[in-house]
Amino acid sequence: MIAIIDYDAGNVRSLQFALQRLGAKSILTNDPKLIKAAEKVIFPGQGAAGSAMRKLKGTGLDKLIPMLKQPVLGICLGMQLLCEATEEGEVNGLGIIKEKVIRFSNQVKVPQMGWNNIYKLQLPLFKGIKEGDFMYLVHSFYVPVIKETIAQSDYGEPYSVALKKNNFYGVQFHPEKSSKSGSQLLKNFLAL
Amino acid sequence: MLTKRIIPCLDIKNGRTVKGINFVNLRDAGDPVELASQYAHQNADELVFLDISATEQKRKTLSKLVLKVAEAIDIPFTVGGGICSVQDVSILLKNGADKISINSAAVNRPNLINEVAMHFGSQCLVVAIDAKKIDGQWKVHLVGGKIPTKINLFEWAQELEERGAGEILFTSMDHDGTKNGFANEALARLSETINIPIIASGGAGCVNHFIDTFKTGKADAALAASVFHFGEINIPDLKKQLNKQQIAVRI
Repeated sequence: MIAIIDYDAGNVRSLQFALQRLGAKSILTNDPKLIKAAEKVIFPGQGAAGSAMRKLKGTGLDKLIPMLKQPVLGICLGMQLLCEATEEGEVNGLGIIKEKVIRFSNQVKVPQMGWNNIYKLQLPLFKGIKEGDFMYLVHSFYVPVIKETIAQSDYGEPYSVALKKNNFYGVQFHPEKSSKSGSQLLKNFLAL
Repeated sequence: MLTKRIIPCLDIKNGRTVKGINFVNLRDAGDPVELASQYAHQNADELVFLDISATEQKRKTLSKLVLKVAEAIDIPFTVGGGICSVQDVSILLKNGADKISINSAAVNRPNLINEVAMHFGSQCLVVAIDAKKIDGQWKVHLVGGKIPTKINLFEWAQELEERGAGEILFTSMDHDGTKNGFANEALARLSETINIPIIASGGAGCVNHFIDTFKTGKADAALAASVFHFGEINIPDLKKQLNKQQIAVRI
C-alpha cells in the first residue's frame, strides 16, 4: 500500500489516478499509523509553503515525515519542503536536505510553467527515462544543484529537478502530469 | 530548455463538447474525455476546457467531467467558464483540474484573484482576458467579448500579475475566428509589461501563425480550437515545423 500524505495539498486526484493506472493501491491519509506502516510514502504539494508547513505542524506530520524509513517521494512543493528552508515567505522546511530553496530571478518568467527537458539522470529513479526527456513543471522557487541532486534542468541556469538523500526522494516536476516519462518515474519509485 | 506549449481548447456544454469536431477514428465526437485522450496521444502539451453551458446543474456536471478527464489523461488541463468564487475553484481542483481559468469574475471582483492565489497558489490560476482594439486602444471585454469595458488591457494585465495571477490567457476579439493569425503586436507588448507566462489565443489558421506568435508575439503558449478539431493542423506535424524553425517544443 502506498500512503499519500493528506494535508490538503491541492490536486492529488491526478496522482491517485496515475498510481491506479500503474495498478498500485494508494490511500490518502494523515493517520501516522497508516503512514508508518505503508510500503512507500508520497508527499505531494502545491500552493504556498507557509500554509503547507502550518498544516503539517497542525497534525504533527512535520515530526513524522523525517522519521520515516521506507522510500518517500516528495513532489513539487513536497520536494521543496524536504529542504531546510525556503525563500517563499521565509519558511522553515522539514530539514532533511540541508539546502535553502530560492526564487527564480526576474531574468526569466516566473512561475516556470510547462515542459522542460531533464538531464544528468541517475538510477534507479530515472531508469528507462532518456536524457533530454520532458517533464511538466510549475514552480517559482527552486533548489540549486547540490550533492543530493539526481537530475537537473535549465531555467535561466541549471537547477535540481530531483534530489535523493537516504530513503528520501524528491522531484520538482509533476510525474502524474508528465505523460509516459512521468509514469515511468512513478513506476521506478514503486519498484524501489 | 522550457518549451513552447500547444494547447487545444474544447468548448463544453452540459458535459459534452460543442462545435463541430471532425476527428478520424473517433467513436463519439461529442465526448470530451475521448477527445482529450486523442489530443494527449498527439503530444498536445495541455488542454483547456471551457464550459459554456448555463444551467443550474452546470457545476455538478462540470466537476463530474473534470474527474473523468483527470482519470483518463496524464497531461495538465485547465478548466474555465463561469468560475466566480473560491468554492467553485476548490471543487474543480479537488476533482483533478490542474488549473482554473477566471475571466469576467476577475473584472467584476478583482479581489477574487488575491483570494484564489492565497488559497491555492498562483500556479493553478490562469486569468483569461478578452480584448479588442477600440480607437487604437486595447480594451478589455466581458462575457465572451460581448460587453466592452473602459479597462486598458496592459494596465489590467499588470494588476492581475500583482494580485497573484500565475498566467494570462489573452484572446484578441479582433483576431478570434478570422484565421488570419494571432495578435502578435499586443502579445509582444504584454510580454514586456508582465513577467508571467502568456497564452496566445484567437486567430490561428495555419502553421505559420504559430511560428509568428512564438517568434514575433513572444508567446509562451498558443491556444486554438477549430484548426485542431477539424484536422486542418495536425499537432505532431505542427511541432515538427516549429522545431525546424528553432522553436523549442516537446516532441
